[in-house]
Amino acid sequence: MQIPVEGFMYPNEVELQWSVLIVLYPFITGLVAGAFILASLERVFRVDAVKPTYRLALLTALSFLLVAPLPLQLHLGHPGRSFEMYLTPHSSSAMAMFGFVYLWYLMAVLLLEIWLDYRRDIVVKSETSSGVTRFIYRVLTFGSNVISERSLRIDERLGYFITLIGIPSAFLLHGYVGFIFGSVKANPWWSSPLMPIVFIFSAMVSGIAAVMLLYMLSTRLRGRNVEIGCLDKIAQYLLYTFLIDFSLEMLDLIHRIYEADESFRSLDFMVHTRLWMSQVIVQILLGTVAPIALLGLTQVLKFTEVVRKRIYALAGCLTVVGIFAMRWNVVIGGQLFSKSFLGYTTYKMGFATREGLLTAIALMILPFGILWILVKLLPPWPDSGSIPALVTPPAHRTS
Amino acid sequence: MFKDVEHLIRLAAVMAIALVAFVVLRAAIVPHSFGQYGHYRGAAIAEIAARPIGFAGHDACEGCHSDVVDQKKQGKHVVVACEACHGALAKHADDPGSVTPAKLDTAVICARCHEADSAKPKWFPQVLTADHSGGLACDTCHQPHSPKIETQKIETKTKAEGKQ
Repeated sequence: MQIPVEGFMYPNEVELQWSVLIVLYPFITGLVAGAFILASLERVFRVDAVKPTYRLALLTALSFLLVAPLPLQLHLGHPGRSFEMYLTPHSSSAMAMFGFVYLWYLMAVLLLEIWLDYRRDIVVKSETSSGVTRFIYRVLTFGSNVISERSLRIDERLGYFITLIGIPSAFLLHGYVGFIFGSVKANPWWSSPLMPIVFIFSAMVSGIAAVMLLYMLSTRLRGRNVEIGCLDKIAQYLLYTFLIDFSLEMLDLIHRIYEADESFRSLDFMVHTRLWMSQVIVQILLGTVAPIALLGLTQVLKFTEVVRKRIYALAGCLTVVGIFAMRWNVVIGGQLFSKSFLGYTTYKMGFATREGLLTAIALMILPFGILWILVKLLPPWPDSGSIPALVTPPAHRTS
Repeated sequence: MFKDVEHLIRLAAVMAIALVAFVVLRAAIVPHSFGQYGHYRGAAIAEIAARPIGFAGHDACEGCHSDVVDQKKQGKHVVVACEACHGALAKHADDPGSVTPAKLDTAVICARCHEADSAKPKWFPQVLTADHSGGLACDTCHQPHSPKIETQKIETKTKAEGKQ
């Protein structure tokens, strides 16, 4: 199959090496980092209004984090090789260091914080449930049923400390993803010290929007009423973060236009042709300007609750689509032009291939499946009241 | 005093066990010579050096096939090494009598370099083989060692095909 090429391309540029799966990877890690930062708002900055989403945000972050390395594994094609990163760490390779950033965030931050936060529930459920679920909960208690007041207070304090570490860790996780692109000095579309910062803020935007949508959807599915105060607060944070993100992206754009280095004409042509739809229409107009305008309206005008909810839902959906388009434009856009600045190639996405559309769809559905299991195992609803008190509250018991 | 942090002690113990297990696993899996010279298995160098040599080299070919060398000198393929097309032939050079290289399928081998690709420089001879030869072997018209078209050869072939 001949790939349509315009002008001159170097031989290794004709076929894109980084596929839609590599688009998914920063998109998914962005959702993780954003969801965690939203959760930390409640914990560290004591924003009580967003409390109803705290646990949901943590479980969302974990679900997506578990899926985050899969696009890379599929892209590499030799999953066993990823373990080499841990066995023989290569400190001069940013990509190899991802293994440690990922492991740190998963093991030392997210799992630990979720465990500490849910420990009381886990202990109670290990005593009140039966069968396989009882076994799972018992394993999760590590054999200790201590849920005395003091122990829970210690958990709370330790959880707070971990969240404190977690915020820079979440920034590190996604800043690192931006760094991977921003440090490719041979590619002018990527090479920018602003890239990690833009990635962090776009991650926060997408994560906040995703948790907001999940909160609305899950509350609706449970037949409960959404706490509008919580939604208003989240939407407000979404707007503020979005404004910073948009300003940074525009700053990058203006800087590129003003600097107009040797790559500018080629990149400008690409944005006006091959990336026009995905960059200008979807990312900037539909995915950024429209949600900012919608969210801005809710701050200026007095809408009824129902209208606000609909605006938030629409703005949230547009935001997630817009951030996905941003990842697409970075990853795919950065490979469409020749480094000679004399030609352009085309991205041909496979369908039912290892790196094709079907795989990408499956990878995007998978976190929701994991989240469903996690929600069943560890209900995040503050109003669930499903944790019964123990008949004889054990001050200090071990099994 | 430690009763209220018992769960944390247990967690720390699980983590410590996991860490020790990893360290033991690493010691067992990572080859001992790893890192001897750099970020790779040091013993790999000796292993690679011990492998039999596959390529005979241009000089070995010229020793026997001087007619082909003369032919190549007349065309652009003078710069192409013999084994670039014919493959590694050290065994043939060592024992020309019993090891005979297989005849190449020019319909496949020529396309490796000359199949049209917009990424290749314009001056480089390239064709869309499907349109250019319709599946015919390239040596029907071209002499691979000196690929300039030989009209006489084409006529002979065409006549032969006409008689059939």
